[in-house]
Amino acid sequence: MNSKLLTALLGMTIAGLAGGAASAQTLDTVKERGQLRCGVNTGLPGFASQNDQGAWQGLDVDYCKAVAAAVFGDASKVQYSPLSAVQRFPALQNNEIDMLARNTTWTMDRDTTLGLAFAGVNYYDGQGFMVKKDLGVNSALELSGATVCVQSGTTTELNLADYFRTNKMDYNPVVIEAQSDVNSAYDSGRCDVLTTDASGLAASRLEMASPENHVILPEIISKEPLGPAVRQGDSQWFNIVKWTHNALLDAEELGVTQENVDEMMTSENPEIRRLLGQDKDFGASIGLSKDWAVNIIKAVGNYGEIFERNIGVNTPLEIQRGQNALWTKGGLQYGMPIR
Amino acid sequence: MSVETETMPRRVSGSSILNNPTVRSIVIQVSLIVFLVGFTWWIIDNTARNLAAANIASGFDFLWSRAGFDIAITPIAYTSNETYGEAIVIGILNTLIISAAGIALATILGFVVGIGRLSGNFLIRMLSTVYVEIFRNIPPLLVILFWYFGVLSVLSGPRGLEESPIGIYLTNRGLQIPSIIFGALAWASFAAFVVGIVAAIVIAQRNKKHQLATGERKPILWTALALILGLPILVFIVTGVPAVLEFPTANRFNLAGGIQIRPEFIALWLALSIYTGAFIAEIVRAGIMSVSKGQNEAASALGLRRGQALRLVVVPQAFRVIIPPLTSQYLNLTKNSSLGLAVGYPELVAVGSTVLNQSGQSIEIVCIWMAVYLTISLSVSFFMNWFNSKMALVER
Repeated sequence: MNSKLLTALLGMTIAGLAGGAASAQTLDTVKERGQLRCGVNTGLPGFASQNDQGAWQGLDVDYCKAVAAAVFGDASKVQYSPLSAVQRFPALQNNEIDMLARNTTWTMDRDTTLGLAFAGVNYYDGQGFMVKKDLGVNSALELSGATVCVQSGTTTELNLADYFRTNKMDYNPVVIEAQSDVNSAYDSGRCDVLTTDASGLAASRLEMASPENHVILPEIISKEPLGPAVRQGDSQWFNIVKWTHNALLDAEELGVTQENVDEMMTSENPEIRRLLGQDKDFGASIGLSKDWAVNIIKAVGNYGEIFERNIGVNTPLEIQRGQNALWTKGGLQYGMPIR
Repeated sequence: MSVETETMPRRVSGSSILNNPTVRSIVIQVSLIVFLVGFTWWIIDNTARNLAAANIASGFDFLWSRAGFDIAITPIAYTSNETYGEAIVIGILNTLIISAAGIALATILGFVVGIGRLSGNFLIRMLSTVYVEIFRNIPPLLVILFWYFGVLSVLSGPRGLEESPIGIYLTNRGLQIPSIIFGALAWASFAAFVVGIVAAIVIAQRNKKHQLATGERKPILWTALALILGLPILVFIVTGVPAVLEFPTANRFNLAGGIQIRPEFIALWLALSIYTGAFIAEIVRAGIMSVSKGQNEAASALGLRRGQALRLVVVPQAFRVIIPPLTSQYLNLTKNSSLGLAVGYPELVAVGSTVLNQSGQSIEIVCIWMAVYLTISLSVSFFMNWFNSKMALVER
């Protein structure tokens, strides 16, 4: 609690004293600093977590790296700020971070009253429920009277209230601030049900004492489009993050991968040539070098590679592409054309 | 020498108006106020302008929008359809409840242990010392986490429990006890209870007057017990036992029915009381030790027993030393209740930070937090100051 209060108070002071810094050119500040400050989850396997060596990895982390690669041509120039759900927006608002890639749901409220700008959707998610197998529950509609563990200050908490209310069911909420504490409360038996985004459930199940004793129920009760966000008021920086996302999707669609990107430079395909900066210099229009997209793909691969490496079927999370497949393969991921 | 003393005042009065102490103090105070007001205005104005520039909504209008989230412990009716403002009121109530419960238990613990540390009995003295030294020296958050994750979480779950004959269950879902549902005639018993208390007070006062007049002490304990407890029980039986017990029963997930006290409350309550109790014990010990030995000896010389000496001579004098630091401990406990956030007890800071995150109004919420804690703390301190002046030594 103290750290959060401190952040809020610091936020007040900074908001009060920093003058017009909020509208300064983020790109210049980042270049001057020589590092991208990126807000990530404190620990969500597959999206943002630290490995044994303390290095950050995950889908959201790769988005930080992609933006750093676009700006510096070097994916390692990122300073990660692990943020709790409650800390994330003040941190962005107060210039403590340059971008937020922290499995954050894009909602109208956040897009307007919080002064955020979402640059795209890097994971289409939805809220689900996990229960212990021995309860014999097969549907979320059987959960009336259950005790539900949920993280505070999330859209999950709101959807939960709406879902039980709409279906005229009762429940006892156990609301805890840190997701790791929520997980351990569920695992110790304080709750019957754990609810969060479906991807988060898959990650949380891995942290349970015996993952095979838990089952994720089929109901998905909400739309949770997760994506990277920046501050409003700096359209150049917003464009950089937005087009980094689109470049990752376009690269997958065009078959440009981390491995073949050098060969692809000589490709005759005009779309590939535009993506890799061979014809027109699109980088200049967002204040970057001509080979910005090449740097991104060299550093982290295309969207499909990021997905498979961090959360795909060959990882412990075993998540199918599903809605996150490209539009050409029946999914929702659709990269805007670079031209 | 005489020349100097003559010239000094003349030089002061004649040299400059700035050297006039009255003028100087007015100038300093006025400029300080101007500076403070200006500084505050500058911060507020700057913040408001920056928020507007960053497209962040500000103001307190959000308090009237729909909250949309549920709260685990609600002393008054609340659903997710109520407003943010009402959610914050629930948080304030929960803070007041945990603070009041904590202050009550911490005071009892503190007085028992504090007197225990001065006991002639070696075992009691040692136990009291160990308690104080342990709990005074670890952070309260650890004590809370110990009770929550270390004690209450490892209890067995509510399913497959053996049925308890008295209907009391302690599980990892908290303490479940039977509730009493009163019938229509139960008011008579409550009335008898009130009548009993009033009668006992009247008799006690008469006995006291009698003692002052004649010196003869009339024991009142049994009479009072009969009036306060016996009378309502008698009425209760005569009116045909108008109450039923509702026992908790197991449903598919939980124990339902009866009264549930959630583990978040229990953990926070025990932890705050035990932690603050250790400090209060030291305050009580210091207070008692501040009463000089002669007072005790004089009390014995008058023929008072040890218990009487403590109650009639030592404690009233010790109170004067005890109350001011006790006030600080009460304030500490109230503020420490914000640690309930760690275990999900929905007090003001926990609910406030949920509202903060759902609405994004961080500055407004921080202002509300500060205003509420300031109000609570000033009220406690006001009450304790009043109590202190009541207890102050009346000098004749």
